[in-house]
Amino acid sequence: MYQYDQYDQAMVDARVAEFADQVKRRLSGDMTEDQFKPLRLMNGLYLQLHAYMLRVAIPYGTLSSKQMHMLAHIARKYDRDYGHFTTRQNLQFNWIKLDDTPEILTDLASVEMHAIQTSGNCIRNISSDQFAGAAADEITDPRPWAELLRQWSSFHPEFSYLPRKFKICVIAAQEDRAAMRLHDIGIQIIEKDGVHGAAVYAGGGMGRTPMIAPLIKEFVPLEDLLSYLEACLRVYNRYGRRDNMYKARIKILIHEIGADSYRAQVEEEFAQVKALGIDPPRAEFDRIAAFFAMPDLDANASDDLDLSHKDFALWVGQNVAKHKAAGHAIVTISLKPIEGIPGDATSAQMDLMADLALQYSHDELRITHAQNVVLPHVRKADLFAVWEKLVAAGLATPNLDLITDMIACPGLDYCSLANARSIPVAQKIADRFADLDRQRDLGELKLKISGCINACGHHHAGHIGILGVDKKGKENYQLSFGGSGAQDVSIANITGPGFDEDGVVDAIERATDKYLAERRDGERFIDTYRRIGMAPFKEAIYG
Amino acid sequence: MKLLTGNDLNTGLVTWWTGKDWSIHIEDAVDVGEDGETIAAAEELARRINGPYVIGGELTAEGPRPAHIKDRIRALGPTVRVDLTLKPNDPSAAERVI
Repeated sequence: MYQYDQYDQAMVDARVAEFADQVKRRLSGDMTEDQFKPLRLMNGLYLQLHAYMLRVAIPYGTLSSKQMHMLAHIARKYDRDYGHFTTRQNLQFNWIKLDDTPEILTDLASVEMHAIQTSGNCIRNISSDQFAGAAADEITDPRPWAELLRQWSSFHPEFSYLPRKFKICVIAAQEDRAAMRLHDIGIQIIEKDGVHGAAVYAGGGMGRTPMIAPLIKEFVPLEDLLSYLEACLRVYNRYGRRDNMYKARIKILIHEIGADSYRAQVEEEFAQVKALGIDPPRAEFDRIAAFFAMPDLDANASDDLDLSHKDFALWVGQNVAKHKAAGHAIVTISLKPIEGIPGDATSAQMDLMADLALQYSHDELRITHAQNVVLPHVRKADLFAVWEKLVAAGLATPNLDLITDMIACPGLDYCSLANARSIPVAQKIADRFADLDRQRDLGELKLKISGCINACGHHHAGHIGILGVDKKGKENYQLSFGGSGAQDVSIANITGPGFDEDGVVDAIERATDKYLAERRDGERFIDTYRRIGMAPFKEAIYG
Repeated sequence: MKLLTGNDLNTGLVTWWTGKDWSIHIEDAVDVGEDGETIAAAEELARRINGPYVIGGELTAEGPRPAHIKDRIRALGPTVRVDLTLKPNDPSAAERVI
């Protein structure tokens, strides 16, 4: 894992001190809320429905056990003993007091963490593949590039006041586990003639106008990547709409001027930027990359696995993925227990996951955009011990990628922007489909729920998506089918009129029944939907 | 009736204007009539409240009830965590705000 150098630490420490002074001035009345609000947002502090909410950045979703323990400590000491893992691979604390914030940020800084740029019209936390460095299908570990981008984008003076927020994702595998093309810029590290480079996509996103990012450049040599991205951002910063926040994202700009025109302008800008010497020397990249070297795995680890325990075997089959090293596996800990709240973890659960990472996963954890937690480097021989401890903590739900492994935003239970609650709908769906045999029969089914059009719950990218809306003061839920955030990326289509909370659960059940009746061998829900179209599903739902 | 609400400057907790002070319990809220904006401005200036605003509501047997679901949830707490609401021993409280 990357470790701060003196510059990283000095910058974070200085920001904490600066914000501590700003908090003091706000509480003493030297600053109005209008003056203070942009400052607190720059430090990840929102005012939400019930209290202040602090969003902590988890760069590319990677955490050490020490860092996870610190999150548990903060949950216990300053919050109400839990945290919420988000679809941006971050963590949110929901009940923060303003005068505790400097102390919390000091605690975070002590383990090389912060909440900087988790809000505002700047480049946000860089996201990545949660299996990075461990995935059997990756061509390289994308995290050194993600870390380079983190350093480049942190406090970038030119990109601190963009037209709107800006999200970048880096992957390096064929399978897209990070919704790469639904980012403002998506980067896929690829290989061409034995050389690695970056395929750069731009103009994707969800929100009220969902778009899939078009390919802007097929192959950017990695030694030019920062300059190329600088050029991409400069063109956006110059022409992005600042007069209308609903049209201010880069996706609108690229849609309006066309990918070809945007590409041409980026090339022109790149010719200027490249001469500035932004790209780091190879030695600096190698220094960063060294932090991400494969841990010292057990070279003699066995691939043998005793699957005679039925529940253990079910969990292995569902939540354990292939590792690139023999005798090892990648464990995904589901934060979607049937009666739970998607993405929530108590401080005790965070501590346990941290302990498991230290003991069994070379001190590493990852957060997924689907609001789960990953132990990336576990010996197969240790899987049973890990599973037993997860069972004891209520963290061994074997439902990864099944219908109950839902993404759900906090919704109207916590979020001041939401129009409807997401979590109760998720819980009702989970309850309806709680039977594991039934879930497994339905197979991979990605269900995603957002409580408003901002789409933090990624409903546009759900095989089944649900959008909560306010209909004359009542919660109403629009249903959509056919979305995907994976390599078969697509935007979901609305089925028709919305439903109340119970009605949407019934409608989903009728749709899954229709899928079971229509599916062919090996087809997932989305495959059947793509083959037969919306009409049969609409008939099943609306009669 | 009209209610004045906002968030406490330090804790961020939802609060309601009681006629002379702020309370986290909506049962203590009073009808501010047409004075809401004036009170809000004075209280914000005095740093006793953050982001005050006036909402519509009605007086029920249980006390003031905001017209909009968002403010009813604000008044109670998250409906999915009764233990974190202001009525942790009332399991049906969440149902009543919907």
